[in-house]
Amino acid sequence: MKDAFGLPQSLLVLGGTSEIGLATARRLIARRTRTVWLAGRPSPALEEAAGQLRGLGADVHTVAFDALDPTCHEAVLGKVFAEGDIDMVLLAFGLLGDQAHDEREPEAAVRVAQTNYTGAVSAGLVCARALQSQGHGSLVVMSSVAGERARRANFIYGSSKAGLDAFAQGLGDALHGTGVHVMVVRPGFVRTRMTAGLPEAPLATTPEAVATAVELGLRRRSETVWVPGALRVVMSALRHLPRGMFRRLPI
Amino acid sequence: MSADTDSVPDVMGLDHTTVTGWGRTAPTAARLIRPQTYEEAAAAVRDCGARGGIPRGLGRAYGDAAQNAGGSVLDMTGLDRVHAIDADGGTVLCDAGVSLHRLMEVLLPLGWFVPVTPGTRYVTVGGAIGADIHGKNHHVSGSFSRHVLAFELLTADGGIRTVIPGTPLFDATAGGMGLTGVILTATIRLQPVETSLMSVDTERATDLDDLMARLAATDHRYRYSVAWIDLLARGAATGRAVLTRGDHAPLDALPARLRRDPLSFRTSRFPSAPSVLPEGLLTRTTVGLFNELWYRKAPRARSGQLQRISAFFHPLDGVPHWNRVYGRSGFVQYQFVVGYGQEDALRRIVRRISERRCPSFLAVLKRFGESDAGWLSFPVPGWTLALDIPAGLPGLGAFLDELDEEVATAGGRVYLAKDARLRPELLAAMYPRLDEFRALRAELDPQRVFTSDLSRRLGL
Ligand SMILES: Cc1cc2nc3c(=O)[nH]c(=O)nc-3n(C[C@H](O)[C@H](O)[C@H](O)COP(=O)(O)OP(=O)(O)OC[C@H]3O[C@@H](n4cnc5c(N)ncnc54)[C@H](O)[C@@H]3O)c2cc1C
Ligand SMILES: NC(=O)c1ccc[n+]([C@@H]2O[C@H](COP(=O)([O-])OP(=O)(O)OC[C@H]3O[C@@H](n4cnc5c(N)ncnc54)[C@H](OP(=O)(O)O)[C@@H]3O)[C@@H](O)[C@H]2O)c1
Repeated sequence: MKDAFGLPQSLLVLGGTSEIGLATARRLIARRTRTVWLAGRPSPALEEAAGQLRGLGADVHTVAFDALDPTCHEAVLGKVFAEGDIDMVLLAFGLLGDQAHDEREPEAAVRVAQTNYTGAVSAGLVCARALQSQGHGSLVVMSSVAGERARRANFIYGSSKAGLDAFAQGLGDALHGTGVHVMVVRPGFVRTRMTAGLPEAPLATTPEAVATAVELGLRRRSETVWVPGALRVVMSALRHLPRGMFRRLPI
Repeated sequence: MSADTDSVPDVMGLDHTTVTGWGRTAPTAARLIRPQTYEEAAAAVRDCGARGGIPRGLGRAYGDAAQNAGGSVLDMTGLDRVHAIDADGGTVLCDAGVSLHRLMEVLLPLGWFVPVTPGTRYVTVGGAIGADIHGKNHHVSGSFSRHVLAFELLTADGGIRTVIPGTPLFDATAGGMGLTGVILTATIRLQPVETSLMSVDTERATDLDDLMARLAATDHRYRYSVAWIDLLARGAATGRAVLTRGDHAPLDALPARLRRDPLSFRTSRFPSAPSVLPEGLLTRTTVGLFNELWYRKAPRARSGQLQRISAFFHPLDGVPHWNRVYGRSGFVQYQFVVGYGQEDALRRIVRRISERRCPSFLAVLKRFGESDAGWLSFPVPGWTLALDIPAGLPGLGAFLDELDEEVATAGGRVYLAKDARLRPELLAAMYPRLDEFRALRAELDPQRVFTSDLSRRLGL
């Protein structure tokens, strides 16, 4: 069960090797979390991540989960929930893709869209139902500022996050009053392997900062969290820029 | 009506309501059932499904004791009959859903008072036994269960048992937080009174040591005793307090005007706090100002002042839904006890709270007397301190964890009826009879029919 500060005792990370996901897990283990499920594509990295969290004192399990295989989501995630209540689900998987390359190879673009959007719709709905029958829990969804307004430089990823963001907001409204809390997290540029080698954007931040923002959002039962917080204002301004001007911005 | 429940139609066809405790933290959804008969209560227990059920009274427990995510919550306030009063012997037999407020209305005119009252009258008899509550008279009268002669308990097998003191089931249920079954009725021994007024002595203490010395020296002269501490005061004033102690006023203490109707029960109520209040209303400054005014206003020493029962025992009941002033994030109440001989731990904790500058309204310090038999009953002989803190305060969780360590190291414990955040690992150290409780539960209720968010969170 979550405590008075929204801190979970059990955590399921979808995208079990995600740097943001693992930073959040570490933070929550330092607080109240005792049981962690890392769901991801089987790999040595996944097992290594589990080992590291065990070193912090948590009881950690891994489970094979592929966002691109929604037909299995019900069975795979159902098994996790059958083992005991999950107080928080962190939907952290995602694929940035390579915009220039993916524009030339639509199949690769589709993979980005299917991972970030359809995969999340499927896993999100499965988890939402399980959380709802528990009558409690938080579903924390890693969206992105990229979804706030699609940019020339990464509109394939951006549009998939826009879809995910809209989906998660709607799901949050649908679950209002059911004891289940949906929180949409919109980080800016976070220094992880996903962004390694890319030129850093202004207000760049760290996985640890995202973890801190998630902890705060849980305590406040926030519906939307920006990381860093200043992005709320920045993006609000950018959203209202006329198209022509937005197009010419060097972002 | 049970406070802090909120019904919303549900997308996936479940008829669920979100429920919180008085602190309004950690809402969870459950099927809320309000039995009107014992048969309906038994049926509800039978049909409560895989996630079990938990009885709920007036929802005055601060944390998650009377909620049960995904399962059933049995609102017992629909069973609220007073069955029999023995006006000569001083006992009452009533349903568990009857509030102490109602009992006072019925009993005071007959010259009887409830044996123990907490800081609010809006608790049920079931909640009073479930949490084995204490009042300002604990040092004299013990906790609520000491005055319970018998109760009827609806257990997981659907049967109804009559439970009397001195039995394991009684001791597991008194303070057992609803986890042994649903109390349906109880027989309670009452306190005789000549009037409905209190005769109250007030004095100020300049700091914590002064306060502890005064309480230790003269508490035994009073049936009721409590001190309100200003935890925002720092430095030399750390722990400054106002002691209010007294007893039921005898008839001859009343002026002639009041003697004509000495037992009438009067209360006053102000309008409810609004349901939507901005976050951050309670800051160090506003709360500090309030505490300062309140301390200055208290007389240095005054004795024999006549007060209404509501003013002496239940000042907060004057403002219904006062818990809303803490805004959306809600608040936690931290209450612990450390035994006599552990005064240094108490001093350290008070100092840490003052230094931390928690925007906490007056905290309450009281000396407990002998414990009662309940296995999970909170009071043990020693000092108990209770304070409210906004849950949104940054770093509060980790800070309270540190206080828990101090409390546990000193052999003390926190009060489960107030708790919403204890680390489960500390529970067994704080409640040494936890294993007996678990064993009895495992035998009486192997399917875990009775389950609450509290029991899930702490592994009760
Ligand atoms: C302003 C204020 C002041 C307070 N002051 C004090 C104080 O001075 N001393 C003190 O001890 N407490 C105090 N409390 C706490 C309160 O007395 C307890 O939490 C009490 O249990 C609340 O009773 P309730 O009817 O609201 O029960 P709930 O809060 O609804 O339930 C509390 C527990 O009792 C169980 N329960 C309820 N009904 C039944 C039943 N029929 N059968 C079995 N179990 C049942 C529930 O399962 C739950 O575990 C205070 C609370 C407030 C809000
Ligand atoms: N980094 C940023 O700047 C930034 C900014 C805003 C939002 N975000 C979002 O935050 C989340 C976490 O990102 P991160 O920075 O932590 O990146 P990361 O370390 O690269 O993590 C991405 C995760 O997604 C998983 N994944 C990819 N495809 C998958 C699939 N088909 N099935 C299952 N898992 C799959 C990866 O697992 P494998 O190990 O199997 O590849 C990995 O665990 C993502 O949703 C990302 O879009 C990141």
